[in-house]
Amino acid sequence: MKVVLQNLTKKFPNRNKKIKEDVVAVNDFSFEIPDGKLIGLLGPSGCGKSTTLNLISGLQKPTSGRIFFGDDDVTDLPAENRGVGLVFQNYALYPHLTVRENITFPLGNLKGKDKLTKEQMNEKALEAAKLVQIDGLMDRKPNELSGGQQQRVAIARALVKMPRVLLLDEPLSNLDARLRLQTREELKRIQTETKITTVFVTHDQEEAMSISDMIVVMKDGVIQQIGAPQDVYDDPVNLFVAKFLGTPPITVFDGKVEKGALYIGSDKIFDTDAPDGEVYAAVRPEGFILDDNGTLSCDLKRVEVMGRDVTIVSANTYSHNPSIRSIVSAENKIDIASASVRFSLKPYKTHLFSKADESRIYYNVR
Amino acid sequence: MDNKNNKAWLYLLPAILFLTAFLVYPLIDVFVYSFEEGYNSASQTFFGVGTYNYSYVLHDPYFLRAVQNTLILVFITVPLSTGIALLISVGLNSITKLKELFQTVYFLPYVTNTLAVGLVFMILFKKTPYTDGLVNLIINFFGGSSVDFIDGPYWAKMFVLCFYTIWVVMPFKILIFTSALASVNKDYYNAAKVDGTSRFRTFMKITLPMISPTVFYLVITGFIGAFKAYSDAVALFGTNLNAAEMNTIVGYVYDMLYGDSGGYPSYASAAAIILFVIVLTITCINLLVSKKHVHY
Amino acid sequence: MVNDYEKIERSAALRSRVIKVIVYSLLIFWGLMVLFPFYWMILTSIKSYASYNSEYIPQFLTLSPTLQNYADAFTAVPLAKYFLNTLIFTVITTAVMMIVIIPAAFAFARLEFAGKNLLFTLFLSLMMIPNELVVITNYVTITNLDLRNTFTGLILPSVTSVFYIYLLKENFSQIPNELYFAAKVDGTSDMKYLLRVMMPICRPTLVTIAILKIIECWNSYIWPRLITDNEAYYLVSNGIQEIRENGFGRENIPAMMAAVVVISVPLVILFLIFRKKIMAGVARGGTKG
Repeated sequence: MKVVLQNLTKKFPNRNKKIKEDVVAVNDFSFEIPDGKLIGLLGPSGCGKSTTLNLISGLQKPTSGRIFFGDDDVTDLPAENRGVGLVFQNYALYPHLTVRENITFPLGNLKGKDKLTKEQMNEKALEAAKLVQIDGLMDRKPNELSGGQQQRVAIARALVKMPRVLLLDEPLSNLDARLRLQTREELKRIQTETKITTVFVTHDQEEAMSISDMIVVMKDGVIQQIGAPQDVYDDPVNLFVAKFLGTPPITVFDGKVEKGALYIGSDKIFDTDAPDGEVYAAVRPEGFILDDNGTLSCDLKRVEVMGRDVTIVSANTYSHNPSIRSIVSAENKIDIASASVRFSLKPYKTHLFSKADESRIYYNVR
Repeated sequence: MDNKNNKAWLYLLPAILFLTAFLVYPLIDVFVYSFEEGYNSASQTFFGVGTYNYSYVLHDPYFLRAVQNTLILVFITVPLSTGIALLISVGLNSITKLKELFQTVYFLPYVTNTLAVGLVFMILFKKTPYTDGLVNLIINFFGGSSVDFIDGPYWAKMFVLCFYTIWVVMPFKILIFTSALASVNKDYYNAAKVDGTSRFRTFMKITLPMISPTVFYLVITGFIGAFKAYSDAVALFGTNLNAAEMNTIVGYVYDMLYGDSGGYPSYASAAAIILFVIVLTITCINLLVSKKHVHY
Repeated sequence: MVNDYEKIERSAALRSRVIKVIVYSLLIFWGLMVLFPFYWMILTSIKSYASYNSEYIPQFLTLSPTLQNYADAFTAVPLAKYFLNTLIFTVITTAVMMIVIIPAAFAFARLEFAGKNLLFTLFLSLMMIPNELVVITNYVTITNLDLRNTFTGLILPSVTSVFYIYLLKENFSQIPNELYFAAKVDGTSDMKYLLRVMMPICRPTLVTIAILKIIECWNSYIWPRLITDNEAYYLVSNGIQEIRENGFGRENIPAMMAAVVVISVPLVILFLIFRKKIMAGVARGGTKG
């Protein structure tokens, strides 16, 4: 089932009653989610991603705009008739019901010719439980389960009624780090097996990048960029997206283009056809090449050896980040005693952004 | 260390003194009274020790009438008031507009004087030579004939008593239910909604189990409170409740102690202890039932 | 398919509107049930004696409101006296209770002494004793002490409350130990610490307890009835019962209602001012006292 969002806007009255102006949680959001894909909605907290999810589920009504499931306009359809599965951040498992009762709960709502017998329900529940590998825990109560197990029950409950769309709100944020890695792979496997169109919300860019077929980066209710994770990482449209994606984060320098060359401070980096003016020059950690004749000079702070790679931590007056983290191969020989270090920069890992509106400035190296 | 101990006891002294004099000693004394036969309050003497007081009370038609009245009152008002309060609270919980106003209004009876407002109920229900009273006019309007609810037939008086009792206990129940309902995580309702659960099923399968501890708490406190009914009856029917056939167990205790029929602390003590035993038994039954049905 | 959706949408919208109407009707109905007696009490209190008695069908409005009944209520019966008695009773009882329970709660929350836990458990178990059991002996005690028809006799048995000690102790215990140790290091005495640190911090709870006690005192009926038979010591509850039974020489209902209004007003005002506090306090453990 493909999901189409057309010019979705959601406004809330301001909490501070003195301010008449509404808060815009989602602003003119248009996006087509292809059938059977796993989509990550990504952004800092308060960017409107959860609201977007609630609009798709029908728990909230958009102020304007339309929502389509396939070709059907479901904008005014109440949540109970949309046939979506929803997994809550805190799982919202009914504490007084067993795992089996929790999973069969949605099936008990079916009426008329869809009504199931108890045996059919249990069979379907077992099927869903097997898919998420909790079929051994059917008679336990939620408070007897670990966080990861509760998470799986919540997913099974959302899947058991064969939803047209599966929605997950911060599905991994309540798990510890190790479980999170494991569960996100599990999530990918379940989605691949069921082929249900899935949208999940997260503030963790690594989580979104690692399993999504496509990510949507949001800020202040506005879509910043949509695309495959690698494409968005390699080709950010603005400074916000560039800064939000990637660990260690991208390093942002104050730079300027003058007479066909990019400068950071007095260091001339490379020749470019970008127009003259002040710019932000942002460099990915892997964009630094250790080079004694390099164009960028930084103060060496320390070196962190990670085995395969080495992280060089340095500083530069023109950098917005207090320390620049660059990743180079461990084969490089670094003189730790030295006070400074020189880099040359890979042009395709060095993005320029306008100082006026932080939008990307595309350029060629000459 | 001793110094420290003394200081702490000094801080506690007033409380301990008052509690001993007016709570612990009376508790023991009431048992003593209840077994002292033929106690004379003027001379403070008694003939012997035994269970005669209990036997007297249990054979006193006034006491049996009081027990009957109290039981009817308890078993009508507790389920009804709890049910209506739950209904109103669920309604209250589902709205946003005017919610605070409704909550404020519903709480008003809690802070009013039971005796004073009871008087208003009396004139609303009372039939006098001058007027049939407002309630009777409504009954007439629907084609019924007037009834004197205050000095009339037993069932009519019982109806007013139950009605007023419910009116008086509702604020507390609504308050407790609304705070219990508000504390249920909204995600449960959203999860049920997304799964297409009907309102009725959501209420039966989610809301009710989630607030079941509160339901039982209110049923138990409701039983205890209703067994102690007295001032409501006085407000409606005056202090001579035996004559009005509307006495309650607590009323019987006070009548035995004081007033025209008073001066028998032994009978009063026996009656009070019987009441205490009944309340204790019912509370224990309630607790046993609730253990089976409360899910946490 | 599209048609189906429209049907579902329409019926869902209709159903939610119907439910809304039902819910509001129910809420308004109960609101009227609660407010009507108050309206009727005020309305009747401003009808003249003659016009009230001439209405075979009670009128819902009156065109000639009069304050005569209020004057009657204060002159024909000693309402002002009842009022004053209740005020004295309420203020003294509440004040003395605070003086008794604050040190006790402080001792349980802050001081260390042998047998503390045992004593506290004993205190808690006292909460189970129903008032009806102890009132009998208290009545005899007060009578024997010759304290009937005195304020002392009225006040003495109700100046402690195990429940309020418990409530206050819980609140006191939430204050971090560091504050106490810091004060000790500075040479602050326990008493000064209680007065200057603990009580200001726990003021909201103290206010709540005081208000709940005031409500309880203002409405108390049973004990005052047992212990007073002299009109000079009647509280409002007994006063209103007296008015009802022997009242104005004749059945003067408007004047009676005026008295009821006068009695009810102070607590309603108190409630409207401290609405949030009172409701939160009652939700934490009050019952109809």
